[in-house]
Amino acid sequence: MTGNEACAEAALFAGMRFFAGYPITPSTEIAEFLARRLPHVGGTFVQMEDEIASMAAIIGASLAGVKSMTATSGPGFSLMQENIGYATMTEIPCVVVNVQRGGPSTGLPTLPSQADVMQARWGTHGDHPVIAVAPSTVRETYDWTIKAFNLSERFRTPVILLLDEIVGHISEKIVYPLRREIELIERERTSRDPESYLPYENTDSDIPPFAEFGAGYRYHVTGLNHDETGFPTNDPKKVDTLNRRINRKIERYRSEIIAYSESSLEDAEICVVAYGSSARSAHRAVLDARKSGCKVGIFQPFVLWPFPYERLSQIAQRIENFVVPEMNLGQIAHEVSCATKRDIARVNRIDGGLITPDEILEEIKNVSIR
Amino acid sequence: MSFRYEFRLSGSGGQGLILAGKILAEAAAIYDGKNATQSQSYGPEARGGSSRSEVIVSDEEIDYPKALNIDLLLCFTQEACDKYCTDVKDNGILLVDRSYVTRTPQGKYRMYSLPITETAEAKVGKALVANIVALGIITQLTGIITRGAVEAAILSRVPKGTEELNLQAFNAGIELAQQAQT
Repeated sequence: MTGNEACAEAALFAGMRFFAGYPITPSTEIAEFLARRLPHVGGTFVQMEDEIASMAAIIGASLAGVKSMTATSGPGFSLMQENIGYATMTEIPCVVVNVQRGGPSTGLPTLPSQADVMQARWGTHGDHPVIAVAPSTVRETYDWTIKAFNLSERFRTPVILLLDEIVGHISEKIVYPLRREIELIERERTSRDPESYLPYENTDSDIPPFAEFGAGYRYHVTGLNHDETGFPTNDPKKVDTLNRRINRKIERYRSEIIAYSESSLEDAEICVVAYGSSARSAHRAVLDARKSGCKVGIFQPFVLWPFPYERLSQIAQRIENFVVPEMNLGQIAHEVSCATKRDIARVNRIDGGLITPDEILEEIKNVSIR
Repeated sequence: MSFRYEFRLSGSGGQGLILAGKILAEAAAIYDGKNATQSQSYGPEARGGSSRSEVIVSDEEIDYPKALNIDLLLCFTQEACDKYCTDVKDNGILLVDRSYVTRTPQGKYRMYSLPITETAEAKVGKALVANIVALGIITQLTGIITRGAVEAAILSRVPKGTEELNLQAFNAGIELAQQAQT
């Protein structure tokens, strides 16, 4: 199956029952698959008039207690930014899939890119937290779609699933994980009665318990800064409390959220940091380099935001050289540089082509001669 | 030694090359128990733009999913043939539909210029199934994927009611390749 199909299939398994979207290459197969399947499992599929409305619709559905998702690509992701901020501010869980294609603007509809990494982090305005994940294979897409829902539910925040045209459209064999071994997380529901419920209560966990609309709880939901009741406020103390809490609720759990894999790093002198479809090429390049005696390993972050600064900083105590291949002009290389305080050797392509193993191998060799 | 076999099916949008690639990959991965990936590259147009579908078959995990050193190249347009023929490795196979590719390049590959679309029309009555005829030829020429696996993959992919038609096309392709081999 393809990555897009695996994403849709996994969303259904995670309990997603509301999808609103507007078709756009290379994400359309997700909507197509769900339009066919959702009605059979008691879910709802809506093709909206655009991506602004799609994002609004999934926020509304999630506020009514239903796990919700939308899928798009760069141009649509741009339109969704305002409402992604709204979901962050109102703490409404949802999953936004961005199957990245070449940009800027309508760019290259049918070709891959990884140039929306920073948009996923800072696309919406204001100081805000974000969780974004980037799988590289069809199986990882299946697993990380489920985890995206879990993270979203657990932390009451939108989660961005960053695929790209390669990961979305590639067909490969997948062996499903055992269903009973998959953990599914649901947002914590309030145990208070409607009279004493505070929708944005400052709890010890920093994650307020949820009450769904339509279940007898009446409360105010707004993108304006609000107090624990949900009503708008300009009170500096209350504004500060809310703004700091929504950031802290992700920051303090970073170690729970961050995920990566490491291979061949034990004796390595060079570390390749790669994610998404570029990681596929990087794995091949590392294998080839090892064959010619080059001591190189690979670090693959699955969660891009929050970024694994601590781990890379540890690795940099031992390894001096870092190579970062990505289909953009160095968006993650910059973060790797911040984490490691090293000069980063970059391999960048922004022409719609997947970076080849040879292009990475060449850079590994350049670095090893240096 | 691990093996990696690379197919590129090239032509223009609407010729069914992406579907043919998916069938090949499913035959190898699901019915023959190997590892396979299929990826594609096409223009922004719905029809008529250039289209290319790549299938990698291997006995180990496939990381880089694009063809680097092609074992079999299928060309359904002259443009695709001119553009990609140099990517075929020495002693690889270059298979072209002679209805579309009239100028065949010289190289160190095994060249097959066959009446693929003509056969689809003559044996099945529909030019539409030329992609499935090509699958029959590829199955026979390469021996990488078993005939039974490709048949099973075709049956699971084609629209209901067209199974017989597609199997006919597939068998016509096998026969065409057998004749070309002798």
